[in-house]
Amino acid sequence: MTAQTCPRQHQRTTMEIASLEPSLYTVKAVFILDNDGNRLLSKYYDTELYPSMKEQKNFEKNVFNKTHKADNEIAFVEGMTIVYKCSIDLFFYVVGSAQENELMLMAVLNCLFESLGQILRKNVERRCLLDNMDGVFLVVDEIIDGGVILESDPQQVIQKVNYRADENPLSEQSVAQHITDKLAMTSNIMQSAKEQIKWSILK
Amino acid sequence: MIKKFDKKDEESGSGSNPFQHLEKSAVLQEARIFNETPINPRRCLHILTKIIYLLNQGEHFGTMEATEAFFAMTRLFQSNDQTLRRMCYLTIKEMANISEDVIIVTSSLTKDMTGKEDVYRGPAIRALCRITDTTMLQAIERYMKQAIVDKVPSVSSSALVSSLHMVKMSYDVVKRWVNEAQEAASSDNIMVQYHALGLLYHLRKNDRLAVSKMLNKFTKSGLKSPFAYCMLIRIASKLLEETEAGHDSPLFDFIESCLRNKHEMVVYEAASAIVHMPNCTARELAPAVSVLQLFCSSPKAALRYAAVRTLNKVAMKHPSAVTACNLDLENLITDSNRSIATLAITTLLKTGSESSVDRLMKQISSFVSEISDEFKVVVVQAISALCQKYPRKHSVMMNFLSNMLRDDGGFEYKRAIVDCIISIIEENPESKETGLAHLCEFIEDCEHTVLATKILHLLGKEGPRTPSPSKYIRFIFNRVVLESEAVRAAAVSALAKFGAQNDDLLPSVLVLMQRCMMDSDDEVRDRATFYMNVLQQKQKALNAAYIFNGENTHCAPSLNLRALVCVDISGPIQEVRLCLSVSSVPLANTPITEQKTEFAPVATSKLPEKPGPTRQDIYQEQLAAIPEFQGLGSLFKTSEAVQLTEAETEYVVRCVKHTFARHMVFQFDCTNTLNDQLLQKVMVQMEPSEAYEVLHYVPAANLPYSQPGSCYSLVRLPEDDPTAVSCTFSCTLKYLVKDCDPNTGEPDDDGYDDEYVLEDLEVTVADHIQKVLKPNFAAAWDEVGGDFEKEETFALASVRTLDEAVGNIISFLGMQPCERSDKVPENKNSHILFLAGVFRGGHDVLVRSRLALADGVTMQVTVRSSDETVVDIILASVG
Repeated sequence: MTAQTCPRQHQRTTMEIASLEPSLYTVKAVFILDNDGNRLLSKYYDTELYPSMKEQKNFEKNVFNKTHKADNEIAFVEGMTIVYKCSIDLFFYVVGSAQENELMLMAVLNCLFESLGQILRKNVERRCLLDNMDGVFLVVDEIIDGGVILESDPQQVIQKVNYRADENPLSEQSVAQHITDKLAMTSNIMQSAKEQIKWSILK
Repeated sequence: MIKKFDKKDEESGSGSNPFQHLEKSAVLQEARIFNETPINPRRCLHILTKIIYLLNQGEHFGTMEATEAFFAMTRLFQSNDQTLRRMCYLTIKEMANISEDVIIVTSSLTKDMTGKEDVYRGPAIRALCRITDTTMLQAIERYMKQAIVDKVPSVSSSALVSSLHMVKMSYDVVKRWVNEAQEAASSDNIMVQYHALGLLYHLRKNDRLAVSKMLNKFTKSGLKSPFAYCMLIRIASKLLEETEAGHDSPLFDFIESCLRNKHEMVVYEAASAIVHMPNCTARELAPAVSVLQLFCSSPKAALRYAAVRTLNKVAMKHPSAVTACNLDLENLITDSNRSIATLAITTLLKTGSESSVDRLMKQISSFVSEISDEFKVVVVQAISALCQKYPRKHSVMMNFLSNMLRDDGGFEYKRAIVDCIISIIEENPESKETGLAHLCEFIEDCEHTVLATKILHLLGKEGPRTPSPSKYIRFIFNRVVLESEAVRAAAVSALAKFGAQNDDLLPSVLVLMQRCMMDSDDEVRDRATFYMNVLQQKQKALNAAYIFNGENTHCAPSLNLRALVCVDISGPIQEVRLCLSVSSVPLANTPITEQKTEFAPVATSKLPEKPGPTRQDIYQEQLAAIPEFQGLGSLFKTSEAVQLTEAETEYVVRCVKHTFARHMVFQFDCTNTLNDQLLQKVMVQMEPSEAYEVLHYVPAANLPYSQPGSCYSLVRLPEDDPTAVSCTFSCTLKYLVKDCDPNTGEPDDDGYDDEYVLEDLEVTVADHIQKVLKPNFAAAWDEVGGDFEKEETFALASVRTLDEAVGNIISFLGMQPCERSDKVPENKNSHILFLAGVFRGGHDVLVRSRLALADGVTMQVTVRSSDETVVDIILASVG
């Protein structure tokens, strides 16, 4: 639903707060990046903000560079308020205008994170997310519609999506391969956990 | 196919992305299995996911291939797999803009929307509205109305949100659903409430009364949704702002009551709304500030951020209201979220005392490199404000700013720092040398041309007046060697200024200039040659006119002097002046002002060429075409038009005053607004109050209905009494009326004389003076010299502020304020205003006006000019 435009004007690089035009269009964009800053999913709801794919990806890179070192929950980049959260090797971002109520954006982020936590059975990491990409698309679709917060209660979202993650994403897989996968996943988790610890020490 | 995909996966290792090597063509190939029977939901689901993933990554789908895939996808509606169906809805939404004929799924979606499966209904509505246009919307209008009031919350919410999206496209249709939305607003479900409120507001926002009623209703009934509360607060504060209602209004009470809501989101929204209200008193702010204070110690980073950002905003206007939070803010300055820490420190800088400045600056410098540019700009702004508040702290600030200048950062950030340093230099003369030194260091490695030229200009202006100007030469000449053309050109101009003002530096500057004359860029070479020749004359007057005040280097960097260099410049001064005049450019900020006034003594009889016709040029041409006005010389000044009638009268007359060396021409632009009259032989008879003599009237022959025409009067200025610069003329419009048929415009043969009294026309001293900007006023002041200096003191009893006095003087004398002296710094009791201009006949006039504010304003005016009479005229007119 990217063709809907949000009537609220955004102001870049200034922190000045103009009065808010009352509107339901709260979320400017939402995106999920991996720990190299690559896009796994992203939706821009305001077509005037970063109309081209190149601008979008630049913005994501910029946001990623400013946020991946410390889990600070909130940042202000290119005139946009950004709330974020990281989990193992994933970064979740919700973007709103500089004037937006930060707590509303947080509500969206929390709902997204908890809903995904449930459908992925707490394995909120890259591989698992990619294996259940269909569920992820549906969750995002249920939480935000064209920039409007559609639902903010994770229980409701889960119920509406009614999606179950597959233990064995593809039945043709051999057992051996499955085990290698799982092992790889664990080592991956370990790796990311190490990274996390390293950063928290470096902070 | 799937096997292959897995294999790839395995090869690329554990952390690989199963979608990484997707190829659009392969995926579209795979999409053919959509047509197989029976449908394999699992595989189809996987392929749909891949398609959406590709779209999401920005892969471009051609209309043909998208349409093909879309049509294949429609077959999947036959399957009853829930997730597959949901993914179909998503695909429809994603492809709505790239595929053709998406409307073919309308019936399938309408079926799902009205069907029994509640899981499908909401998403189906949203997908349907995405592909619907205004005409089709009417077909589904009935279903939409039902859906809005559906008892299943997800259906109702989906319908409301989709309606909101469609308001823009089909306002008239959606408007009819207002009653349903109203009903939905009383739903128990919190999201339905919120969405209904949003839609209702959107439909009614242009009707203030309806909005006000709606607010009234909802604020009383009490909603459950915190989102809806936030929305209500925003609507209420907008309404308050629009109606300019006082803060005793029930709307304000409502917002204030939200400060006690149990949801932090609502409390914050209310506090923020109060803070952002214009004209809020400290007492009204207090409750909002105290909730924000509580939020400062919240464990949630977002809440702390929100609170401190809002407090920062309060501190800009009401620093005292925030002092109560100082302790909480102190705790935040070490916050691990640097944005919060920065905001806390900049807030404290605004509210704290002078003694805490050093400590805070030290704290902030410890992490300034970690924060984003936006926040760095906030820091610089805070410092800038601080410098004005505590001028004594400028050394600490300067040090800090220079460190920031060395860090990496974008253009906006660097510009903020440079501006800040420049303003410190301007306000604290003792900081000038350190400031210039920092800026010199900065331009050594500066990638921003605009900043480099700006700094070079400043160096040229300020550097020569410092105790040891020689140390700047190296920095400037380095630019000539290393930088781009624009910077090199600016550097050459700056060098010239050093050479012109410091005799002992002149030989070295000339050597450097010589080298610049070899530059590869035309502009740089031309400038160097020009300055070289001017400097070699070693004449103070020339230097002042053509180096300090000749042009505005950084405003007009492309000053083209090429025409000059081919002229032999070593002739007598008069000749030099003349040929220079050819290239004179209008000043960047006063387009109508011309430099020709600078050489007026020798050039009054010759018309200089000017680039591009100005308003004055056009008049000059028009006047030259009238035989009576030949031999008046060149046009000295053209005033703005003065209205001599009310706007809505039978005849509209406005006057433009043209000043020549010894005469004035009054041009009356007349419009006849009566469609049953033709005016002929129209002229304005003038009765002067002083010794002005009306020489000629040039009437307008015909003045038909609504076609403007001009008549002129030529007046000789009194020669025996040059001080008589002001005069009042009583004016009467005289004409011959011929009645005519309003439809055909055919006039009668006979007419009768008539007249019409106009308002009086004033000629003031400003009409005799042309504005000239002297970027270096001091040099101009010395150039004119003190031969005819006079000084007098006046009391302006009726003026209450310095600003007002400055404004009055400027508009009265019609002269150009220099050295930014038209801006009076705040909280000062005295001010010096510098004005420059050229008096009719070509004499430079400079006015230095010292103003002191006591009980009323006392003004000491010093006037210098190259002609004594002019000095007397100015003083006499002021008195």
